[in-house]
Amino acid sequence: MQAQLATIVQQLINGITLGSMYALVALGYTLVYGILLMINFAHSEMFMVGAYVGLFTLTGLTNPHLVGGLAAFFKGSGFGLVILFALVFVVAMIAVGCLGMLVERFAYRPLRNAPRLAPLISAIGVSIFLQNAVLLWVNTMALPFPQVFPVKEITIYGSAQVSTLQIFILVTVIILLTALDTFVARTRMGKAMRATSQDREAAGLMGIDINRVITFTFFIGPALGAVAGIFNGMYYGVVLWNMGFIPGIKSFTAAVLGGIGNLRGAILGGFLLGIVESLASGFLSTGYKDVVAFIVLILVLIFRPGGLLGESVVEKV
Amino acid sequence: MGGSKMDIQTKVGDGGWSKGKIALAVVGAILLVFLPVVLQGFVAMSFLVRILAVVGIYVMLALGLNIVVGYAGLLDLGYIAFYAMGAYSAAVVGNLFVKAVSHIGAVGLREFLTSSTFIFMLPVAALIAALTGISLGTPVLRLRGDYLAIVTLGFGELIRILATNNFLGLTNGAMGMSINVPNPVGLVAMQKPVINIPAVGFSFQFSVNLYWYYVVVLLICFTIFIVRRLDNSRLGRSWVAMREDEVAAASVGVNIRTAKLWAFALGALWGGLAGVVFANFQGFITPDSFSFLESVFVVSMVVLGGMGSIPGVIIGAALIGGLPAIIQGVAQSPMLASVFHIDAPTASAIANYRYLLFGLLMVVMMAWRPQGILPSKRRARELHPEDEKTLEEEDQSLWAVEHGIDGSGHDL
Repeated sequence: MQAQLATIVQQLINGITLGSMYALVALGYTLVYGILLMINFAHSEMFMVGAYVGLFTLTGLTNPHLVGGLAAFFKGSGFGLVILFALVFVVAMIAVGCLGMLVERFAYRPLRNAPRLAPLISAIGVSIFLQNAVLLWVNTMALPFPQVFPVKEITIYGSAQVSTLQIFILVTVIILLTALDTFVARTRMGKAMRATSQDREAAGLMGIDINRVITFTFFIGPALGAVAGIFNGMYYGVVLWNMGFIPGIKSFTAAVLGGIGNLRGAILGGFLLGIVESLASGFLSTGYKDVVAFIVLILVLIFRPGGLLGESVVEKV
Repeated sequence: MGGSKMDIQTKVGDGGWSKGKIALAVVGAILLVFLPVVLQGFVAMSFLVRILAVVGIYVMLALGLNIVVGYAGLLDLGYIAFYAMGAYSAAVVGNLFVKAVSHIGAVGLREFLTSSTFIFMLPVAALIAALTGISLGTPVLRLRGDYLAIVTLGFGELIRILATNNFLGLTNGAMGMSINVPNPVGLVAMQKPVINIPAVGFSFQFSVNLYWYYVVVLLICFTIFIVRRLDNSRLGRSWVAMREDEVAAASVGVNIRTAKLWAFALGALWGGLAGVVFANFQGFITPDSFSFLESVFVVSMVVLGGMGSIPGVIIGAALIGGLPAIIQGVAQSPMLASVFHIDAPTASAIANYRYLLFGLLMVVMMAWRPQGILPSKRRARELHPEDEKTLEEEDQSLWAVEHGIDGSGHDL
């Protein structure tokens, strides 16, 4: 009994870690959907590119040949580590955010008034393009993610353990989510985003620069996705060109589960999906853990297409 | 194909084929039948026969998906699942069949049945695939557009994951399974005559690849026949109505439920047929052949060629399915490589860059020519309404306004 309970606790911890990554990526889907009513299929590639940029920045900054004495400083003390990881995250967020803006500018903006199928197909094209660009550039091999972060296991209940990395991920994600929530609720830009998502045309008439809002959305979403990508690399220890696909689909599931277009829904959905998936892989077979997410996706879309926190949308003529 | 202005009834029916067209059709048919024979006869080019057969399978797949995407307007991103269903049912049921038949005492009958396994499997596997299509279609009837696309994607992955995990002990997991069906009916007899013309280096013997090439061509002709009929049928017209406006279509009496289910079932059926041929042609299948990327390829064939247009879809399938393989093949064949100046590294580089190019192509295509290379007339007008521009723009802004208002579920 105790062993069972310990397994449950362990899977819960793993699930929350996984869920916090899903939540970050799901926010990207939900932000874009809220404003443009389109599924940004290429978002999973932002996750992947983020992991690569993070990996390269981290290896670059810890390489004494490139940065000299700074490498020792970064690795030497707790303070150095904080600065190092802050730098890694900021660089990846800015780089991937810019990539997101570029993608919007060239692949989605020309299609803004096209039938809804067109941007989706274009997004799939972007996704394939980015995957293969990375594949050709860095080769097929999975790159190992350097273990710079000091990982320690802390036993909490029976055989259940939580690692410092898991705590780090959860804390960072909570900070980011709170920041985003406050940003959207309090700032001028956040207000403009909410207005645009309610009614793009009317928001434009009220003097909101729609294009700026959309560009900004395409910066924030991918930037958050990049953070999740780096976490994913740190957590699993590898970075691969097609690592974005499955987490991307799952995060989309999370966004739908919470109610797509709803920020808090995406967060809730992310954590829920992560936990369900971890429990399933702990108690069923690991081979079927991906199946769980897809079954959840299909069930949610069939029985509650509006999601947990979303309202159901009635089609009007 | 003269089109009346209203375009309600184009194609088929207006019989009068011009002489030029008939000549073109005859030349096309002759090429279709004899070109592979010529290719087979020259050692350096015989690899092209295999590629032609593979392209043919892609054409079937693309024509099947065209029913779902082009006619009914439902974006299916997991179409490869039906292909997989067809292939795996052909393998599983085919192997069972061969085993069952092996108990028959009469040698002649046993051999005949065993060698015709493929023909018996066609309807069985197609039916299984169609049933899969209906069982996917029923729960997702209410979904539309992007949501449907994502659910079908999930479904496609589901099937692949089940196959990888050796579902119910049927699929042998990631290692794949082989199809223990011996030479198909008639092949041995056809392989007997050998034609030699030493003067030009021509030496022809009927091959397995050639056999499957002809099977595929026959099936494609059958597919085109059915699909053209469908396009102009009552069902086809209700698909058009549904694709253009579901609510309006329902209000004038189109049964959306039936129309969608038929689209799913028929699309799946052709996916299944293609799967059966694929499984028998390869003799061996693994879950890797049914990845999401394959689904995307088939979608790009349809989109690139022109949604809803049969010649367009065939061109799309030939371009995307055939070109990379041909380039690679040419590089591997020493004689042709010297003619075309493509060496092995260049060829593999081209093959590697093709995915990159596909991605780019999809983006460019959507922005520049969303109707595809050879669009169907009606689809072109839907996607590129130059003539009725003002009208359409008015429509769209109205639609956007309305949609914005009822989009209250998307509050941030």
